[in-house]
Amino acid sequence: MGELAADKHVKYILAVEKRKDNFESAVLEHLRMNGAYWGLTTLDLLGKLDAVDSNEIIEWILKCQHESGGFAGNVGHDPHILYTLSAIQVLALFDKLNVLDVDKVSTYIAGLQNEDGSFSGDIWGEVDTRFSYIAICGLSILKCLDKINVERAVNYIISCRNVDGGFGCTPGGESHAGQIFCCVAALAITGALHYVDKDLLGWWLCERQVKSGGLNGRPEKLPDVCYSWWVLSSLTMIDRVHWISKEKLIKFILNCQDTENGGISDRPDDAVDIFHTYFGVAGLSLLEYPGVKAVDPAYALPVDVVDRIFFGK
Amino acid sequence: MHGRPRKPLKPVDEAAVAAKAEKLRALQSEFLSNHQNKIYSKEAVELSAKLLEINPELYTAWNYRKLAVQQNLAQCESDPESVNSILNEELKVVENALRQNFKSYGAWHHRKWVLEKGHSSMDKELGLLDKFQAMDARNFHAWNYRRFVAALMKRSDEDELEHTQNMIDKNLSNYSAWHNRSVLLSNLMKKAAPGFTSKDEVLTREYELVREALFTDEDDQSGWFYHLWLLDQTVRSEFPLLVSSWPVEGSDISLPAADYLDGCASMNVFHYSSRNFPLVLYFNQSVRGVNSSTVSVSCGFNLNADLIWKPLSSNDSQSAKVWATHLAIPDAELHSSEAYQVEVKVGFSQGIVSTTGVAYGHPSQISFQLHLQKAPVESGQDSRFGRIQWKDDCFAVYEPGSAEPDLVNLLDNLTIKNEVESTASTWQARIIDDETNIFRDLLDCKIGKLTVARLLTAYNSLRPLDKPVHCKEVLELYSELMKLDPSHYQYYKDNHSLVLLQQVTSSKESLLSRCFHYRDSTLSTNGSPLCLRLNNLGISQLGSFEKLLWVQMLDLSNNELQSIEGLEALQLLSQLCLSNNKFRSFTALESLRYLKSLKVLDISQNEIGSHSIDTTRYLFRSPLSHSVGSCDWNINYLSSKTYWEAFFVLKDMGLTQLDVAGNAITSKSFNVFLEKLLPTLKWLDGVEVN
Repeated sequence: MGELAADKHVKYILAVEKRKDNFESAVLEHLRMNGAYWGLTTLDLLGKLDAVDSNEIIEWILKCQHESGGFAGNVGHDPHILYTLSAIQVLALFDKLNVLDVDKVSTYIAGLQNEDGSFSGDIWGEVDTRFSYIAICGLSILKCLDKINVERAVNYIISCRNVDGGFGCTPGGESHAGQIFCCVAALAITGALHYVDKDLLGWWLCERQVKSGGLNGRPEKLPDVCYSWWVLSSLTMIDRVHWISKEKLIKFILNCQDTENGGISDRPDDAVDIFHTYFGVAGLSLLEYPGVKAVDPAYALPVDVVDRIFFGK
Repeated sequence: MHGRPRKPLKPVDEAAVAAKAEKLRALQSEFLSNHQNKIYSKEAVELSAKLLEINPELYTAWNYRKLAVQQNLAQCESDPESVNSILNEELKVVENALRQNFKSYGAWHHRKWVLEKGHSSMDKELGLLDKFQAMDARNFHAWNYRRFVAALMKRSDEDELEHTQNMIDKNLSNYSAWHNRSVLLSNLMKKAAPGFTSKDEVLTREYELVREALFTDEDDQSGWFYHLWLLDQTVRSEFPLLVSSWPVEGSDISLPAADYLDGCASMNVFHYSSRNFPLVLYFNQSVRGVNSSTVSVSCGFNLNADLIWKPLSSNDSQSAKVWATHLAIPDAELHSSEAYQVEVKVGFSQGIVSTTGVAYGHPSQISFQLHLQKAPVESGQDSRFGRIQWKDDCFAVYEPGSAEPDLVNLLDNLTIKNEVESTASTWQARIIDDETNIFRDLLDCKIGKLTVARLLTAYNSLRPLDKPVHCKEVLELYSELMKLDPSHYQYYKDNHSLVLLQQVTSSKESLLSRCFHYRDSTLSTNGSPLCLRLNNLGISQLGSFEKLLWVQMLDLSNNELQSIEGLEALQLLSQLCLSNNKFRSFTALESLRYLKSLKVLDISQNEIGSHSIDTTRYLFRSPLSHSVGSCDWNINYLSSKTYWEAFFVLKDMGLTQLDVAGNAITSKSFNVFLEKLLPTLKWLDGVEVN
């Protein structure tokens, strides 16, 4: 069955962080902030966050902040709610949220809420329930959830709920595991999980497990390691994770490793990347794989980081 | 990031790739500089188009183009030809980008943004969409965009419904088309559009349509969820109704007049240390508006204040399936042995509404008698119980005697008779019957077995006053599914458990056979409590709570439970055993926070503390879900944050007996913490507390 090649993955992540000259990093330059979150959270889950220079990273993060208060994916790019959350999450990992002007960041996020309770990604107005999650998660970490109209935010999310129990990106949008994670997590953080039909959604989610043991994101699609996060965290939050075969999923994730060079890919024998490395490890965490720290299914951060924020331990 | 092979198919020319990367970096750098300096010259804008063709995910470039468009539009002063040419250029850039990556959020949004400026023939957009949907019928960006265009064009739901039919005709395996169909159909039925007013006709048509999808390829899931939705639409009761209550209609209840600390009770005598007598209303769906205006309670003695009805639900939206209040019983200056007639009238005035907006329209009345007993002579002495032990030899089978006709009467009247059911819609029963017969042809496969099991269960839900039928068959089907589809074993097990409990609670004989007297040598059998024993059933999920509102002592030991969600309805519960189950955390015991009468709790031999992942963390009221206010942790010990889950569950309880042994969380410091948290505790893990 194989084991988790944790050391290889750590080496892989550290190498990617340093490599700035290949084509891939050029194409993904605009989302380096997300990459930082994926890579660093994985390191923390594997107990190796101290392998990086946190001061250097924090310095770079702050360079990505705009006068509007929002953060960009990289220096010189425009601010967007996506990268603002990743910035907040990385600072939370380092327990350095205090470097932020909390008022400024929270005002930026809160300013993106629309009349109907939805959230735009930035000033250009794209609306998606992903952004509802981001706003709620980010403001909650900053302890500023009361800066938005929570009731309207929740109502908008409910308006995106489908008859199969899942959620889409906008009202009427098809259920998709990624959107479901965002909506379920947002409802979890705002104490509104009673709006989820756990048995109905639980069945839809557990049927994402296909014969190979991997999970897909919606019916009749291919399995992909990143759904080990989106589907699994959703199942965990609604207490239905026992409805899938954990052993088969662990096997699938481990088979997606590149045990020679480190990293995890979407499917066995595909090219690895930081995104899937994070989701594979986070998935193993939710499956209680030994040697991986516990991850919080709603905040997508290690449990000890979340507990530190809310219980001040 | 998806679908690229690990070992590249051709040998990699390192130098060429490095050169490519260098070039891209240079372009991006130049672009960012233009953007910073707000340069929107023709060359600069063309550069952005080139970049977006290589990398449509470069979101700043889409922003930049919008700024350029805004500036250019302002300059050309609404000259229609110029405007068109500017916007056409944008649409072309989007098309090129989508060719690269037709899942690019940035590209699709840019197109919407351009369209909203009032340009492009919508038919052209529909044509473009047809092209995209032909390439990939599951691309949700295309479906979203189609919804956007249809709204702009003001296309009717009926026309769009036809489009989903066309997609389905081309390929039954199109979950996206089925989903869109469900959205449009829901809308058409909601506004009662012509041709969509008869639920019977609409559903019959849809069942026929989806049937082929389920039968063509038994493993293809595309139609499964649509079919389940149709089933829900068939059996769902539109009207909020009262299903059961405590007390039950016609009961005769004795209450001790004095404080009866742990004094125990036979079936119809209740021991409340605070003399608050609960009233519980159990509806068929979540409702709001239950209060002293919509529910009137009249009894022989005056109630001091308007009753406060609370929804038994961990949310603050003031709605729940189960509502409870407490009658404050006055002191024993009243005559003993006097019977008071109590009448609870539900919904005689407007105000109770289901969460779907349907008003409660079937007023019910529940009448029962209360006898206030003078305390017996022994009350001055210590009439406390010894420690409860949940062993088989402490229980004696309940023998109904003349002293307690009420238990039998109670069990006969557990379900409230609502007139509306007697006119059980024949179209619903007919559809369920037809579908069951059809799906019996598919019993050799997973979806066939599952669908028949659900149909038979649905049939029973249409007839709540009758004894459920087909239970044995349904249980067998779930058992077969556990073998056939082992990955989803626990899903079938949970459903099996629910049906098992339906079966167990379906008749008074079955319930009586599980009622036991608890034998305590210090008390005569007259005073011993009655226990419902649902232990050793192998159940992994609980249900049928509406049948169990009368239970005071409950044994659920030796099962496979990991949650007790729904148990909050059992407001009379004072002794509960959950030992030898699969509880993983104190957060799984959220329901206990609503059981104000709970005195004895046994959660020994479980898995609390063994798991790094807490699956009920967010189904629990805590600071993590913003569902408790700021907390006073300072109850003179440090460990409350270490044990925050146990802290929240137990802190307001008046437990006299607690068993937690056999859980990984137990330790000396945990036990010290428990003793400090629970000042009323007399026994902890069988040892007397000092």
